[in-house]
Amino acid sequence: MADLKHNDELLVEEYADYLYDGFHDHHHGDKYQSGFISHYIFSMDHKMIAKQFLITGMFWGLIGGLMSLVFRLQLGFPEASMAWLKPLLGKWITISDTGIGTLDPQFYYALVTMHGTILVFFVLTAGLSGTFSNLLIPLQLGARDMASPFMNMLSYWFFFLSGSIMFASLFLNTGPFSGGWTAYPPLSALPQASSGSAGGMTLWILSLVFFVVSVLLGGINYITTVLNLRTKGMSLWRMPLTIWAFFVTAILGLLSFPVLVSGLFLVMCDRGLNTSFFLNEIYVGGQALEQVGGSPILYQHLFWFLGHPEVYIIILPAMGLVSEVLAVNARKPIFGYHAMVYSILAIGFLSFIVWAHHMFMAGVNPFISNIFVIFTLIIAVPSAVKVFNWISTLYGGNIRFNPGMLFAIGFVSLFISGGLTGIFLGNSAIDIPMHDTYFVVAHFHIVMGVAAFFGMFAGVYHWFPKMYGRFMNDTLGKLHFWGTMIGAYCVFWPMHYTGMAGVPRRYYSFTTFDFSGQFAATNEFITIAAIITFGFQIVFVVNFFYSIFFGKKQTTRNPYGATTLEWTTPINPGHGNWPGGIPAVHRWAYDYGKMGEEFIPQVEPVSEKEKQYDEEHPH
Amino acid sequence: MMYLIGALITILLFVIIVQIGKVNELAARLRGEEQAARDGNEWNARMMLVFLVGFLALSVGSAVYYYPYMLGYGPNILPTIHAPKIMQLFNITLFFTGVVFVITHILLFLFAYQYRESKNRVAEFIPHDNKLEIIWTAVPAVVMAILVVFGLMAWNETMADVDEEGTALGAVKIGSGDIKEGTKDYIEIEATGLQFNWILRHPGKDGQLGTKNWQLITGSNQLGQDFADPKNIDDIILDELVIPKGHTIRARITSRDVLHNFDIPHFFVKMDAIPGMPTYFKFTPTMTTEEYREHLSQFPEWQVPAEEDEPNGLQRWEAFDFELACAELCGKGHYSMKKIVKVVTEEEYNAWLDKAESTAFYLNEIRGTDDDPFLDRPTLQIEKRVREYEVKQNPPAPGPSQDPSTTPQPEVQPGIGGTTGSIQGGTTGSTTGVTGTSTIGTTIQNAAATGNTAVNNASNAVSTGVQSVKNAGENAVNGVKDAAGNVIDKTKDAAGTVIDKTKEAAGTAVDKTKEAAGNVIDKTKDKAGDVKDKMKDKNPFNNN
Ligand code: HEM
Ligand SMILES: [Cu+2]
Ligand SMILES: [Cu+2]
Repeated sequence: MADLKHNDELLVEEYADYLYDGFHDHHHGDKYQSGFISHYIFSMDHKMIAKQFLITGMFWGLIGGLMSLVFRLQLGFPEASMAWLKPLLGKWITISDTGIGTLDPQFYYALVTMHGTILVFFVLTAGLSGTFSNLLIPLQLGARDMASPFMNMLSYWFFFLSGSIMFASLFLNTGPFSGGWTAYPPLSALPQASSGSAGGMTLWILSLVFFVVSVLLGGINYITTVLNLRTKGMSLWRMPLTIWAFFVTAILGLLSFPVLVSGLFLVMCDRGLNTSFFLNEIYVGGQALEQVGGSPILYQHLFWFLGHPEVYIIILPAMGLVSEVLAVNARKPIFGYHAMVYSILAIGFLSFIVWAHHMFMAGVNPFISNIFVIFTLIIAVPSAVKVFNWISTLYGGNIRFNPGMLFAIGFVSLFISGGLTGIFLGNSAIDIPMHDTYFVVAHFHIVMGVAAFFGMFAGVYHWFPKMYGRFMNDTLGKLHFWGTMIGAYCVFWPMHYTGMAGVPRRYYSFTTFDFSGQFAATNEFITIAAIITFGFQIVFVVNFFYSIFFGKKQTTRNPYGATTLEWTTPINPGHGNWPGGIPAVHRWAYDYGKMGEEFIPQVEPVSEKEKQYDEEHPH
Repeated sequence: MMYLIGALITILLFVIIVQIGKVNELAARLRGEEQAARDGNEWNARMMLVFLVGFLALSVGSAVYYYPYMLGYGPNILPTIHAPKIMQLFNITLFFTGVVFVITHILLFLFAYQYRESKNRVAEFIPHDNKLEIIWTAVPAVVMAILVVFGLMAWNETMADVDEEGTALGAVKIGSGDIKEGTKDYIEIEATGLQFNWILRHPGKDGQLGTKNWQLITGSNQLGQDFADPKNIDDIILDELVIPKGHTIRARITSRDVLHNFDIPHFFVKMDAIPGMPTYFKFTPTMTTEEYREHLSQFPEWQVPAEEDEPNGLQRWEAFDFELACAELCGKGHYSMKKIVKVVTEEEYNAWLDKAESTAFYLNEIRGTDDDPFLDRPTLQIEKRVREYEVKQNPPAPGPSQDPSTTPQPEVQPGIGGTTGSIQGGTTGSTTGVTGTSTIGTTIQNAAATGNTAVNNASNAVSTGVQSVKNAGENAVNGVKDAAGNVIDKTKDAAGTVIDKTKEAAGTAVDKTKEAAGNVIDKTKDKAGDVKDKMKDKNPFNNN
């Protein structure tokens, strides 16, 4: 039997049991991996595609983050001159006679819109799910690659195309789209109403359509791979929680993203073909439009039918990664594995029937809201179960605080803080004062924005050795964690209070109104905290790229003492992941601390002694 | 140059960060990797505790700091009927979530510290615990059920609109203090959003908003009111929303172009404005703006100048107003759609409405033009009312050609009532005669005094009148003294003079009053104009 704990020069045939699939008889793997272009650019290898998603996501993360700093400066220091940004932003900065530079409100809204779109779709959907589904699904399930490596490659390149189009829209004369990441018509449908709704919106729609193509190609692949390419012995109930999360995420994406496309398609028709799906009795730009009979609310239904599952598309992979990192580093089984799986399934299902909680104040029949309140608050139950299970996983553990583990613990804190404010917003009556205020901004940034980033960071630090055969710098990782943990709370916590004073979101300036103008000091504080927190992300980026080339080398095959299959591959797995056959699986993924053993890998058969133990400890 | 500096700074940053990482690793190598790892683990475990304490303390501390700012807390009481109920729900939720927040955070970070890695321990194998799991599924489910029940009760009560008969469901009229459920008594007002302003419309005394049609919108007819609909005749476009305390208000919310949201934060009123589809929000203010200011004036944080650079200007509480904002992104001027909402007493409201009728859009802009569908109707109800109101405010002066002996007209208003008295007094004196001079003088003086009080609004004018009456009285007295035989005649003369002079005086009084009133009105208009101009300056997108 293979000694995974100590022997790094192990050949796969040494496993007690393996799946012989004749993969290496054909040697086509090398054919696809030989040239620079086929290896690094048009790669069909899931590990390389994962890295492409990750690095592209980081690029967009930096752009989106920098955008937020510009508009945070406007909110925190409205009097300060932005003339120094003129070289970058050009005509969007107006210089007065006295030399004071002001940010154009139109461009402020464009920045906010781009920030939201980029972070939600490009970073936290593609960069998170794209990276880790690709990396881990084949590795943790014991598959050579995705079911369709070619579609997988297309998935990345459609994402790249989508990003390029969005990037191009930044340079339009009329500016990028500026109607918010939710793109509600009529604003998004009428160039007369906002210059960002001209060419900017056309490119925005085009970009998102390609993005959805990317998500669908990826999603079909993930689902097929999970269902069909598991190695011998890997039943569904033996899959690590990461895989369960990616699996459900892919299903959510497959069912919800097409609905977004249909909504965007109808907007396109309203824009170009004089239809009126969403337009009715509008007078704009000195002219009464002829289009009648449409309903802007219809678009909101279509959008949020994607939009709410989308927030879970973002958070579920993060939950999966965190569950895995917590268990490995607490040296304990994840608490309540079955309950965790069922709550993922429950959240996935419920996320399709709560969308109208974003529309309590949108003019829908108030009676309808009753149903959505009920389902929305039901979602809190599986969410709570997950939180309790994570906390119990720590109980009685033997915890190693590496950066991945720190971010996983941070994730739990953030998910609690942000999830609890969801309970306020989900109750339609409380949503009356809170809707579209900074309270909502605080809620979704903490529960989705920062928490998902924490899940992603946990994953990057933890699986960096699997990607590059080296470790990221530990000290910088911990610096990054504490800076981000404290910084992010400083940025978003005070927003609850301004929201509770009624301050609306998406305001270019707070001084028009007395009720919103009283928080100048708070806004300054938030802006400074945001700049510092962004600085800590630079630490991460530097650490990442430095470690790819100069990080501490991984010397043992299974550095964390983990049970899952990805740590049975060679340190730098080639195409096809395992030389020889694929190891077979004999147990679930969480045998940590069982019978006094530190860990028992999934590939290890169940011994007689263990069978006896299981009979004595039935569960 | 700038790019060079930027590049240099980037490189420098890169180097610094890498060095921080390296230094620690070197130090670790010196200490021995294992020892260093253990130290690092201890440090992070302790930081978990520090973070826990700091985080909980700061979340309580910050809540205390922001207490006076949040609506529903501290000075910011909620001046509508439904808002405190929502606030109660908020606080119930805050209680439950607060307990969960504190407990879960304590457990999370305490466990992290407690079970930090130790060489002497192997982690326990605890894969699950059915009993525990059932408990922590059931307890949140029960709590959620409670919140749903309370929440839906508050929601359905708040959002109940009007039924088929037009009765406002759950409407209230506080009036004398008793609350009547389900009365028909609500006032419908309308807010129309446009880029980037609100147009507020009051239905006028008929209580009904006239129909509108977006195709009729022009530069002056901003709402596209259809004036063939008589309900439009008395509709008033408002600069600020004026509503009475204690009445249910039903806001009819619409939009002309893109989505907007009718948001009055202090009232907990919020509803999207949608083109082509009106939405409604029903609410009942329980405090006037004046009462709310008075309430705020008790708090030190409101007893400071409203404008920092004007230490002697209004105090914050004096400058306070309820504000109407927009809470749905509608374009580049979204943040600037401000209107004032003024809550007044019922009497003030009625007086305001009497006065505001004359500003009805139709009367001022459409009446008598080619667009007027009612050209054939010489006088409309509203015109009559407006004229009557004007007459009441500025009564016409009696013409100078009037016969002195005629009795004063009934229309003559209290302002000259005193003078009427003096005329009668004069006449009485002349007929009795015997009673002698003193009676006449006293009567005249009494009359003058009455006149004085009655016209006290225009004291200058009146004092002139009093002077002339006194003079006239003296003439009369002299006449009586001079010729005993001609007493009656002379008295008659004197009385005639009295009458004439009094009339003159009264005329002067009326004229002067009118002038003074005119001045006041002009000045008010000027000021209003100034204020409007200023508001326009503040709001660059105001295209009203
Ligand atoms: C306990 C669970 C949760 C509940 C009850 C809940 C409820 C809500 C409600 C009612 C809103 C609408 C607020 C408004 O616009 O007035 C909202 C907004 C939002 N929530 Fe949650 N939420 C929960 C968890 C989450 C999670 C886990 C995520 C993401 C990972 C999330 C992401 C968001 C986002 C992005 C928005 C804002 C969307 C926008 O308007 O741009 N929420 N949430
Ligand atoms: Cu949602
Ligand atoms: Cu707006």
